[in-house]
Amino acid sequence: MSSPERADVIVIGSGFGGAIAAYHLAAGGAKVVVLERGPWVKTDEFEHDFLLGSSYTRVFDFVVGDGMSLLGGNCVGGGSVVYFATMPRAPRFVFERKGSIGRRMWPAAIDRDSLEPWYDRVAEALPVRRQGWDVVTYSGGVFAAACDHAGRTANPAPTAIDNDLCTNCNWMMSGCRFDAKRSLLLNYLPAAVAHGAQIRPLHEVQYLSRTDDGGYQVHYNVIDEEDYRVTAGSGTLEAKIVVMAAGAGATPVILQRSEPHLGEMPHAVGRYFSGNGERLNTAVLNEDKVAEVLGLSRPDGPAYGASQIGKGPCVASWDNLDGSLPEYDRFSLEQLYFPPGLGTILAQTPTADGRTWFGPEKKEMLRRWQSWLTIFTMSEDDNEGVFGPPPATGNSVRISQQMLGRGNLGYVPTANTLHGWEISDAEAKRVMEKDGLATVLPWTNDLVGAYTVHPLASCRIGDDPGTSALDDRHELRGHPGVFVTDGSAVPGALTVNPALTIAALAERSIPGIVRALRDRGVDVGYGAPAPDGDTAARDAVLPLVRDLVRE
Amino acid sequence: MTDDAAPDGDDTTTLTLEAFADTIVPGEKRGPDDVAIAGAAPGPGAVQAGALELLGMFAPGISEALDGYAQGVNEHALGYARERGLDLDAALPPFVALSYADRAALVRTLTTPGHPEKDFWVLLALFCNMAYDTAAHMHTTDALAAGHPGLTAMGFMPPDADGLWRFGAFSYGRELASIHPDTTSTGSPS
Ligand SMILES: Cc1cc2nc3c(=O)[nH]c(=O)nc-3n(C[C@H](O)[C@H](O)[C@H](O)COP(=O)(O)OP(=O)(O)OC[C@H]3O[C@@H](n4cnc5c(N)ncnc54)[C@H](O)[C@@H]3O)c2cc1C
Ligand code: SF4
Repeated sequence: MSSPERADVIVIGSGFGGAIAAYHLAAGGAKVVVLERGPWVKTDEFEHDFLLGSSYTRVFDFVVGDGMSLLGGNCVGGGSVVYFATMPRAPRFVFERKGSIGRRMWPAAIDRDSLEPWYDRVAEALPVRRQGWDVVTYSGGVFAAACDHAGRTANPAPTAIDNDLCTNCNWMMSGCRFDAKRSLLLNYLPAAVAHGAQIRPLHEVQYLSRTDDGGYQVHYNVIDEEDYRVTAGSGTLEAKIVVMAAGAGATPVILQRSEPHLGEMPHAVGRYFSGNGERLNTAVLNEDKVAEVLGLSRPDGPAYGASQIGKGPCVASWDNLDGSLPEYDRFSLEQLYFPPGLGTILAQTPTADGRTWFGPEKKEMLRRWQSWLTIFTMSEDDNEGVFGPPPATGNSVRISQQMLGRGNLGYVPTANTLHGWEISDAEAKRVMEKDGLATVLPWTNDLVGAYTVHPLASCRIGDDPGTSALDDRHELRGHPGVFVTDGSAVPGALTVNPALTIAALAERSIPGIVRALRDRGVDVGYGAPAPDGDTAARDAVLPLVRDLVRE
Repeated sequence: MTDDAAPDGDDTTTLTLEAFADTIVPGEKRGPDDVAIAGAAPGPGAVQAGALELLGMFAPGISEALDGYAQGVNEHALGYARERGLDLDAALPPFVALSYADRAALVRTLTTPGHPEKDFWVLLALFCNMAYDTAAHMHTTDALAAGHPGLTAMGFMPPDADGLWRFGAFSYGRELASIHPDTTSTGSPS
């Protein structure tokens, strides 16, 4: 038997954590192979189509757990292909959170100030830009006006969208057909490939084991390109360093499955999962009141009636992001769009004796779908998610050919988490129902539990080995050479959209990985510019990592 | 139906699943003899939208389980009727023989947390719903061109001639609130 193929670094997953590592390490001179379980879908293959089997189900992943369902990407580019590209930085108080452990849960080395240069790197690379009111959609506008009417502030949210190319088609979750959404397919990943990184789609990593010389073997299955339930082959690769970036719903599962081969995992692997305190409410607007109370109008047609038009969330309201408030009282509200299906089934409507998600009243609610406004809460949960034993392969038992599976994440919200949801529900209701503007109800948690598009913290950084799986350099405790750079490394809920923080932490972790490669004899340096060649943010971090820069 | 024997095999499965889909998104009867659709709401519902086509597709992953689904919900319907002393029309599958209110009450029980088969029934409900509000069994452009009942009722707006969506008018185009006073130069919270 021939010996397995070798690389310096194997990156597992090609979302934010994976793409950023692949780019910098390849640019620095390492031989990098990226294994990604999903397909590599090109721009002209992103379809505006709800048909099962179109790009929508090819690139999307929906895993139902016990009390928490996870939504994410399943393709080269990971969550960046399906995301809404709303990219705020996390508020200062977030880094001081204590959460369920009663003491600061972030590593002492990280706070908002120290993360700022790394945020800047990502902002330059994607890029992320501050937005003006001229690009705020009708749905964002109606939310902003309602916030204003209720005495709140509201901000056009910073985004990674090229407004000149965006058609406001709202097909964000199927992948952007117009290259307007700045996914990783447009920056870090092509730049990584240009530096020699290999990306292998439809390669799903199952577990790691050790090599005799202190490196790692990575064991994968090849996945059928149409029916993801079918395994088309398997193989093994070897590397000195493994960067795990399969996302917070998958990284801990791979590590759990590796435990018999690698030895005991830190206690926090597969624990302390956070859903970013997410919660959704649907407001059904009264079009006459939108005109009368908010003074809004569109040239032809109703005052609003435009739930279909737009580009995901455009406006966020941050009044409750006040560091002087007690923990669990802080949350942000954001206007959002989910397409029919995922965005409609859980929405509830009042009935004579309560509320319902199906039946005649729901059908009537659907008839008014263009008047819907979805309000998204990100609050502080209690890191109460725990992964059960891993499924046979991947991170779920796949039910459908694509998209839908059953996973083992258990989540029983604590009183703190429920409190955050309750007060944010009440505020969404107060704002949107004021003066008869709308009828508001939260989505039901009865069908698929709570849900999150922002899985976090299931393999987190920290200073305390008892409650964190990674040290503050993102290295897995007790398993030198395994680094985790995805959302699972984030210590807890962020109260805002997480991708920029995940990406900033990944950027910050790179110098440490470069050091680990050098310690293993790999000739590699740090200091690549942004993928398009910009250098300002790179130059700003160089003083922090002088010793790693090759002249 | 011409004879009064209980329908069997495919008929039972179809009628039962239609009745289930009609419970999720109810519609008007297709004709005076329609027993599957309860007629609980005006306009076409999930059945007319193509629920059975969607459930029968290979992609959702439940096409093999449909007979089991029908059998299961009929057994639950019998139990439900027995507990309440309801007399069911023996010519119909038990779930079909229930009134809309009873079908809905049973579906609610089956999909409520704590029910041992909850996941199984939620999955069926999910796909029935998607037939109506997503037309996930059709190309969306075809569904719109054909006047698909769900997307049409929701007012889903059509694409450009090339089948892609673009909205030239999308913004009120003016400042509609004060921004948060602590917003940083990057547009983020401080
Ligand atoms: C609909 C939607 C909208 C969103 N909108 C926003 C937004 O506007 N702003 C924001 O900040 N965040 C948003 N997010 C969240 C954001 O996408 C994620 O936080 C982010 O992508 C997480 O990055 P990551 O590196 O942790 O993992 P991911 O980006 O999820 O990447 C993980 C990758 O690993 C792959 N993978 C998984 N298992 C394996 C395996 N065993 N082997 C190989 N590969 C594997 C996956 O297929 C995936 O490509 C959104 C998410 C969704 C679902
Ligand atoms: S709304 Fe804009 S950014 Fe989003 S998918 Fe459409 S064109 Fe791309």
